[in-house]
Amino acid sequence: MGVFISQAINGISLGSILLLAALGLSLTFGQMGVINNAHGEFMMIGAYTAYMVQTYLVKGAGASFLLSLLIGFVVAGLLGLLLEATLLARMRGRPLDTLLVTFGVALILQQVARDVFGSQPKDVKAPSWLSGPLHLGSYTIPWTRIFMFALAMFCLLVVHLVLKLTPLGRQVRATVQNRDLAEASGVSTRRADHMTFFLGSGLAGVAGVAVTLFGSIDFNLGTKYIVDAFLVVVAGGVARLAGAVIAAFGLGLMQAFVEFPTSASTAKVVVLLAVVLVLVIRPQGLMVLRTRSLA
Amino acid sequence: MNRPQGLMGQLKRSGWLVGLAVAVVAVFLAPQLLDAFRLGLVAKYLCIAMVAVGIGLAWGQGGMLVLGQGLYFGLGGYMMAMHMKLDDAGPGGVPDFMNLYGNNVVPGWWEPFRSAGFTLVAIVLLPALFAGLLGYAVFTRRVRGAYFAILSQALVAAFATWVESQQKTTGGFNGMTNFKGWFGFALNDPVNKRMLYYIAAFVLIAMVLIVRWLMRSRFGELLLAVRDQENRVRFLGYDPAWSKVIAYVVAAVFAAIGGALFVPIVGMINPKNVGVTPSILFLAGVVLGGRTTLLGPVLGTIAVRWAETGLSEAYPSLWQYFQGALFVLVIAFLAQGAASIGPGAKALWRRLRGSPGAAPPGATPPGGVPKAAETAPAEGAAS
Repeated sequence: MGVFISQAINGISLGSILLLAALGLSLTFGQMGVINNAHGEFMMIGAYTAYMVQTYLVKGAGASFLLSLLIGFVVAGLLGLLLEATLLARMRGRPLDTLLVTFGVALILQQVARDVFGSQPKDVKAPSWLSGPLHLGSYTIPWTRIFMFALAMFCLLVVHLVLKLTPLGRQVRATVQNRDLAEASGVSTRRADHMTFFLGSGLAGVAGVAVTLFGSIDFNLGTKYIVDAFLVVVAGGVARLAGAVIAAFGLGLMQAFVEFPTSASTAKVVVLLAVVLVLVIRPQGLMVLRTRSLA
Repeated sequence: MNRPQGLMGQLKRSGWLVGLAVAVVAVFLAPQLLDAFRLGLVAKYLCIAMVAVGIGLAWGQGGMLVLGQGLYFGLGGYMMAMHMKLDDAGPGGVPDFMNLYGNNVVPGWWEPFRSAGFTLVAIVLLPALFAGLLGYAVFTRRVRGAYFAILSQALVAAFATWVESQQKTTGGFNGMTNFKGWFGFALNDPVNKRMLYYIAAFVLIAMVLIVRWLMRSRFGELLLAVRDQENRVRFLGYDPAWSKVIAYVVAAVFAAIGGALFVPIVGMINPKNVGVTPSILFLAGVVLGGRTTLLGPVLGTIAVRWAETGLSEAYPSLWQYFQGALFVLVIAFLAQGAASIGPGAKALWRRLRGSPGAAPPGATPPGGVPKAAETAPAEGAAS
């Protein structure tokens, strides 16, 4: 029983990292049909932002971390906006091509990071108020993991509220449901696209700042997360955020529970094959938006 | 199809024979012009071009973005490597790297690969069988577009992770290297190296001819139709899944053969050759050369890899930028790769002269992918 609970905690913690990494992707992929392979590199930019803020701006680990979350969001968001406005806007309706274009962007960003920061990993100091674990009976949960879970939930809530309640969210949803009709009704679909991409990329930046809590960062950081983030999005189904939530925690828990009796890499293989199986059984992911369009 | 008349027409129609003759001459000329080291590099490019030919068929003709060809390249490569290791170790022997990692027993699933015949058959049949089953499951369930691309990426990630974790039986992170012989030919003999080059060259030519034949057959026509209007094909009474399965299997087998020849030519195989990123990089040459053309993938791949060797030795950082820019610029601005330069320039020339019937700017070049090929509404929640 003890093992069960501790692995469940690990799984949920892993799931919240996956969710945070995939949340922005699910926005840009699900809402816009753009497959952003550079999403992982936006995370890397967020992580390096945290490093820069801590090194040059605010020395205290606590304040600099909180500030980094904000700056990371804005920096990655603006870069995403730039990418959308210059390249992706001309590629509407060619999702597979956006995948390859952004792969090229990812290669370039990785090399920029390597040239600017070197290939040595860099460390970002975690805030002191996140050090140590929370003791809960006989279980201990590191505060960093609790924070990660809270941050993922917070971001999820924000995205949900933005989509449901704000005029911008309404415009985004209208654009997704029917681009032509939205445009005819006076919605600026270009603006909706820009804002979606800003938000999605910004979330990658936040995720990047957050993962500095769990290890050192290098130019390769993005490649570690991008495949998993994509899997979460497609396994969950792009239509609803709920799909991403289920898939993230499902895959996180599966990884944790398979890992325990076997090994991390076996668990990884099992998780990957499970996603393949999910797609074979449900080609559009777990959560499907039923439409009458021929698909 | 309107057939050009006269001598030029003759030449155009039998153009493929001329092309074949040029290719054969080039194959025999290369060893005269290049030293042994360079020739080995060319042979390596040819192996990668085999993967590219398959990608050209599956992606260019069939519209399936195969992001995971490293899986089949790896299957072929590792099977060949296993046989070569067992062969080097002699009858009943244990491959050297296994001893190194403290494993003195050859695992049961290695044993059949002692036989050369079994290995050769398995290199073709195993990937074909796997690709066939997977393709059937996936395409009849109508998994497509981005979902299929990411699924193929997940498979190759699983394969690379697994291979890397099995150090005692697959060499793990370091893979396998230090091969001595290949079916009884010593690999350090320059004559045998040249023979491997010729084998790779003629296998590649054969593959191009097979794809040419497929493209011109009824099957090729159906495949194109499925790529552009899958639903319409279904309404006409065809099952689109089958043509996709066949194209996918052919691409898989080509990749496996490329991998199998890569091992004796380059002398190593490891997870870095088969992972997620190398699998996407297999696409670079196809992108550059033009995915819908017959020769584009081959020429593009050779050009990209040649540039890589030249640039990455001298300026490793510059090469990364170049490679990234290649994907960005070619896909965003020249969706058909170098192959669209010719028709594009023609259209521009006509437009400059102001002659009627000039193609509007950005028009799809002949034989290109119409926009509809990739709209596939399934891919976003959109529409």
